[in-house]
Amino acid sequence: MQKDLTGYRGKALDLLISSNVEVGSLIEVVDEETRYEGVLMPRYELADDEHIVVKLQNGYNIGIKIGPQTTIQQIGSGKKPKYQKPSIPKSRPNLPRVAIVSTGGTIASRVDYRTGAVRPALTAGDLYAVVPELSDVAEVKAEILFSILSENMIPKYWSKLARKIAQIVKTGADGIVVTHGTDTLGYTAAAMSFALQNLPVPVVLVGAQRSSDRPSSDAATNLLAAVKMATGPIAEVVVAMHKGLGDETILIHRGTKVRKCHTSRRDAFKSINVPPLAQVREGEVEILVKEYQQRDKTRKLSLKEKFEPQVALIKTYPGIDPRIIEFYKEKKFKGIVFEGTGLGHLPEECFPPIKDAISKGVVVGMTSQCIAGRVRMTVYETGMDLLSMGVIPLGDMLPETATVKMMWVLGQTKTPEEAGKLLLENLVGEIAKRSVAEEEAFDEAGL
Amino acid sequence: MKLDYKAIGLTVGIETHQQLKTRHKLFCNCHPDLSELEPEIRFLRRLRPTQSEMGQVDPAAFFEFQRGKTIVYEATSDTSCLVEMDEEPPHNLNTEAVDICLTIAVMLRARIVDEIHVMRKVVIDGSNTTGFQRTAIVAREGTLEVGGKSIPIQNICLEEDAARKTGEKGMISHYAIDRLGIPLIEVTTGPVIHTPEEAREVAKEIGDVMRATGKVKRGLGTIRQDLNISITGGAIIEVKGVQRLEDLQKVTRFEARRQHMLLVIRNELRNRKVIEKNLQEEIVDVTKILEHSNCKVIKDALRRGGVVLAVKIPSFGEIFGLELGPGIRFGTEVSDYARFWGGVGGIFHTDELPAYGISRNEKTDLMNSTGCKERDLLVFVADERERCEEALKAVVERCKQAIDGVPPETRASTTEGTTRYMRPRPGAERMYPETDVPPITIKRERLEKIGQDIPQMPRDLIRKLTVVYGLNKKLADQLSDSPFLDLFETIINETSLPPALVVVTLTETLKSLRRDGIPVDTLDEKEIYNLFLLVDSGRTIKEAIPDLLTWISNNRGRPAEEAVRELGLERLGDKQLKEIANRILDENPRISQEPLRRSRKILLGLLMKEVRGRAEAEEAIEVVNRLLSS
Ligand SMILES: [Zn+2]
Repeated sequence: MQKDLTGYRGKALDLLISSNVEVGSLIEVVDEETRYEGVLMPRYELADDEHIVVKLQNGYNIGIKIGPQTTIQQIGSGKKPKYQKPSIPKSRPNLPRVAIVSTGGTIASRVDYRTGAVRPALTAGDLYAVVPELSDVAEVKAEILFSILSENMIPKYWSKLARKIAQIVKTGADGIVVTHGTDTLGYTAAAMSFALQNLPVPVVLVGAQRSSDRPSSDAATNLLAAVKMATGPIAEVVVAMHKGLGDETILIHRGTKVRKCHTSRRDAFKSINVPPLAQVREGEVEILVKEYQQRDKTRKLSLKEKFEPQVALIKTYPGIDPRIIEFYKEKKFKGIVFEGTGLGHLPEECFPPIKDAISKGVVVGMTSQCIAGRVRMTVYETGMDLLSMGVIPLGDMLPETATVKMMWVLGQTKTPEEAGKLLLENLVGEIAKRSVAEEEAFDEAGL
Repeated sequence: MKLDYKAIGLTVGIETHQQLKTRHKLFCNCHPDLSELEPEIRFLRRLRPTQSEMGQVDPAAFFEFQRGKTIVYEATSDTSCLVEMDEEPPHNLNTEAVDICLTIAVMLRARIVDEIHVMRKVVIDGSNTTGFQRTAIVAREGTLEVGGKSIPIQNICLEEDAARKTGEKGMISHYAIDRLGIPLIEVTTGPVIHTPEEAREVAKEIGDVMRATGKVKRGLGTIRQDLNISITGGAIIEVKGVQRLEDLQKVTRFEARRQHMLLVIRNELRNRKVIEKNLQEEIVDVTKILEHSNCKVIKDALRRGGVVLAVKIPSFGEIFGLELGPGIRFGTEVSDYARFWGGVGGIFHTDELPAYGISRNEKTDLMNSTGCKERDLLVFVADERERCEEALKAVVERCKQAIDGVPPETRASTTEGTTRYMRPRPGAERMYPETDVPPITIKRERLEKIGQDIPQMPRDLIRKLTVVYGLNKKLADQLSDSPFLDLFETIINETSLPPALVVVTLTETLKSLRRDGIPVDTLDEKEIYNLFLLVDSGRTIKEAIPDLLTWISNNRGRPAEEAVRELGLERLGDKQLKEIANRILDENPRISQEPLRRSRKILLGLLMKEVRGRAEAEEAIEVVNRLLSS
């Protein structure tokens, strides 16, 4: 059987192989001056090949340098972890049924203190063990659809996820929770919003900014709120994440209007241009808006899961080289979304390739890199010029949402005219008709 | 009671935690200082015990989590950033702090590890926002000579200091996070210490070695010791947070005595043939018996809809009253368990009745209704039902443990030097790698550079104090013990005051004021310094120092200058002294009629009485001698 020597290479790997030990072995490391005893640990991938990592009896890891005289001997086998599978709490018939679909990341995990490995909680049983309060909120079913890092998400997976959710909806579940890495969680939320229209029950996407192996993780509180929300009245695709630094309130954002605005804070997700839909506080749902799609289990879900991946999002900047646009045109991209400056502008050097692209059937839309606000291309001449070329002003749509929508629209229709019409239509709350002065929302976005 | 420590097999190991004097914190760029501002940021968190692969969670921690324990963190942006709030990953390990640790490791002749790996040690009491403390072994297996004995140093670790607890109310704990992330060195000795005096000497020597680097913080709260104390037949008790060396000796003494007394109780219980099976969690409701009681605690509890629940502890009569240490009886221990596990205010037991407004009749009713005989004890609690139940379960549990003697616990040291129950001792430390911080390889060149700059050992510091400042050995020792070495050197360099006066003030004077209950530990070093400047410039005199220190301690935040004015302790000039002396002579004409030596003595006595703290004795003598000359 292959020995586990994760992370080791070169000199260290050779010595470990010739010493016939593996990760988890209790070993003795001796050289001229020192003698260490401990359990061999995995080595992190980018480290040198001069050291081996040993967990001492007191629980600390240290790195031991391998010299010409170093010998390693196995003196015992480390204790193998015995993980006791937790039992699933008795199902309570009156509780709503919520399905949890995992796409990767570790919303719930446990730590192997022997090797330091963090393992995802895979089953409903694991989830209940880590977040026992779940059993008070819903009868939970869990399943893993993907195990990918969210930065590796692609439109093909969106289609698969949408089909999975549609299938679960058909089984009569009262709500669905999707766990997702936070990097592209906003994009997936938008994608599900377009792919799953006319939802009878809530679809709640949830992630964590602090990994779930740490006691301070936001994963459990977010997950609890997400499951609560999945039993709630809003039958839309939404995102559940922390409101502030503290654990008391979880905000519910509309899937097409939410953006990750901070690299590391728990409250990284903000509703942009609109107020959040609801919040969950002390386990109670509080709706914050008047207009939303009510839960209605008789409503028939409309699944439209096709996405066209040949779509680009281009952010303009002073000195942008117009050949960038030509590149996409030559590579036969079907749609381009621009993150223009201000109200929706691009430098005039870009006009010729854009004009050409549109004439060749590429659908081109305009959003703003200002993050908040609405494009308005009739105010200045540049905007007028772009409009006259056929660039579509995408209102107050987020650039990320607009890109996802472009992919979706081009998955539904091949004709640029029809695509243009769909882009301008507010389908699932991606375009707000009014821009309301939300001082608080504006402040909270840190803008 | 004097214990023969050798006979009882006292064994002590010391963990010394010392804050390092670095430019910034261990994993971020914040100043490693406590904030003086009002907290501007508050946030509420819950720490969730993470399940280990073995399915273990710290039982006490899990219990507190289940009870809904929440933590309110308070921060100011001058001393804390997103890293301390657990809102940003840690930055790289502070290399300045690593170098200080390496220096101390060399001084302690320890083996430095080849590669430092930062670990996460799970701590979910709230003292770390992450739920773990970041810690790393820097060196192992050193030695330190103390009093001719070689003390093994097991580990030298570099770790982040924890947040400061600023309050607790019900299930909400408050922590200030300014201290979180200040670099700490932890030096652990082997369990080779056998008397309280030796514990003090070893701790002092370790502290001296660290201070000799000049790169560790000074002052109260910058050094803390944890002690592992056991006696033969007992269990290891971990005592947290001893701050002063005098306390360390006292804590060891009292803790040894407490454990010894617990073994005495164990033997008594064995004589009485008490076995675990006798102690049942049969909780009975005695609310009816006490519903008209005059006891305030009970009345309040009942008014709030609570109940009085009781449990019988057979054959425990008179045990609860046995003293384990000053102000601590066995009943106190049991009560601490009830408080911790039940969240109740305390317990009642029948041995102490009638008292607290509970009458003799009520006692008899209680005993009879629960079938308690003379030698039995009834313990009861008044509070919400659930709390009462948890509290009484803990009471029974603690009594069961008494049959075995000393339960292993983590205890907190008190200002009196005793220890109180904090929580059960956590199982094996749950540690896993801090994957956000890359390991650091210790290169040979780095060690060579550090080797060139190893400071003098403390013995050499004492030599410096005696030779350069002319202090005697005793004063030099006292000063090197005190947190004021830096302050002393500043004062000596900037004034012309005699070193002995400054040392005596900084050590003995403060100590005696502390003994008198003056809150001298709140004194700001800056004000002490200002006070010496006032003495040096002649605004006041050295004899006024104790009174002025007292005033400044009692009036925190107000300057030394004001103390002089408020107390009227401005130094009197020669002319004023003479005026007062003349007035005394006018009022007491008989003085001049005495023989010269006697008349001088009387006048001096009366004069000093009037100008005490406002004039030096030598000046008064001179004035008297001038007025009454032959
Ligand atoms: Zn910081």
